[in-house]
Amino acid sequence: MTDTDPANANNSIRFCIRSYIAFVLAPQAPIADWLTKVDSWTKRSPGFFANRPIVLDLSAVKLEHAGIVDLIGQLAERKIHIIGLEGADHSQLGPALPPLLTGGRHAERAPAPDTSAHAEAPEAPASLLIESPIRSGQTVIFPDGDVTVLGSVASGSEIVAGGSIHVYGTLRGRAMAGSQGDDRARIFCQRNEAELLAINGYYRTAEELDADTRCQPAQSWLQNGIVMVAPLV
Amino acid sequence: MSQVLVVTSGKGGVGKTTTTAALGAAIAVTGQTVVVVDFDVGLRNLDLVMGAERRVVYDLINVVQGIAKLPQALIRDKRIDTLSLLPASQTRDKDALTDDGVARVIKELRAKFDWVICDSPAGIERGATLAMRYADAAIIVTNPEVSSVRDSDRIVGLLDSKTKKAELGERIEKHILITRFDAARAARGEMLNIKDVLDILSLPLLGIIPESEEVLRASNLGTPVTLNDPTSAPARAYCDAACRLLGQDLPMVIPNDRKSIFEKLLGRRAA
Repeated sequence: MTDTDPANANNSIRFCIRSYIAFVLAPQAPIADWLTKVDSWTKRSPGFFANRPIVLDLSAVKLEHAGIVDLIGQLAERKIHIIGLEGADHSQLGPALPPLLTGGRHAERAPAPDTSAHAEAPEAPASLLIESPIRSGQTVIFPDGDVTVLGSVASGSEIVAGGSIHVYGTLRGRAMAGSQGDDRARIFCQRNEAELLAINGYYRTAEELDADTRCQPAQSWLQNGIVMVAPLV
Repeated sequence: MSQVLVVTSGKGGVGKTTTTAALGAAIAVTGQTVVVVDFDVGLRNLDLVMGAERRVVYDLINVVQGIAKLPQALIRDKRIDTLSLLPASQTRDKDALTDDGVARVIKELRAKFDWVICDSPAGIERGATLAMRYADAAIIVTNPEVSSVRDSDRIVGLLDSKTKKAELGERIEKHILITRFDAARAARGEMLNIKDVLDILSLPLLGIIPESEEVLRASNLGTPVTLNDPTSAPARAYCDAACRLLGQDLPMVIPNDRKSIFEKLLGRRAA
């Protein structure tokens, strides 16, 4: 079909540049042993590589054209689909192989694997420690993790944490945990006189809190969209 | 080395001005030089409590703006010659205060006096923040009542963030002064008790001033309560607080108003 629409007559095809994040697999010689390791890994995390764009980094192995075709075939059997190659040169490649990629950069936030068996050493968990009391009118916002307060949290102040909130004094203000959508975040306090407790957007005001959890150590968590509060024993 | 104190509270009507006058007079009686500075521009009261309202010519705003020199605006107390007053303007508003101007005035006052006591306006706006801006120490006046305590807590937060000392990473010294305390009502649970207040504010206590008719009587006479009747319960409590500011270690007692004891006895007899 020819393009007869006058509006499009002078237009060239649309293209632009985008960058995407992909996993890079770097096989090591001998290939057979490396494939065994891949198998044991995928056994622990089935479906981990399914439908993900994977790049093959060949810089650590010396493979001819046929070897590369064979390797990609072996990976395809394991449902690992190679969209590009890295660390090879054009003499090794041919028209049947995925294109060569260059200029790849290390990505900061690759999605973490489901199991930690082969994961790199985990990052230190982010937490914020506040050693002074939190005064009325002050707001502490820490979306990256837990907030621990050694003093009291005054009436008219608020803490917003991505993770859990721990108050070793009296909690008289508002505490909002799991602000980034974490259902498992909790609020702990040495003495509960809170104005409002919230976890992942679900909240309870002081009026709705049972009297038997007030003025004593308590914790709060989320259960089926309901903010639960119970004394700490 | 002179000390700049700010008397602040957040909430109005808790006794900042009474406290400024009473502590200023109590310290001046010991022979140290004291100036009390009214920062409540537009709603000045310290001149009345000090009994100097008929001698005001220039004020803090005039000095801040360079219209008058500091010695022209200072009013020396007629009873104690080591005590002076720098009044506020009643006709201007707090926007007339500038940070640089206040810094300059405080610096000049530091050079002249042992103690500079700034009477902060209520609220947390410009007047209050500039009153505390250059202070070395703060007295937070609190009534044993939840709204006053929460406002005081807010002020403590500001003292830790908005003052020059806080910005330089130093700690401003903070004291709690509980005023209008009625031991009988606190015991009946009609008022917060001292422990509750200190528990919430978690700061050291400078003194407890009992509720007393003497305070109003002294203000109406234009005399600091510590000068009007030095034997009255509030005067003794303020004098103790002043001694603690001067570094003495006194036991914390809640002075009783002898009159209220008398009334209590009468009440018991009647019952």
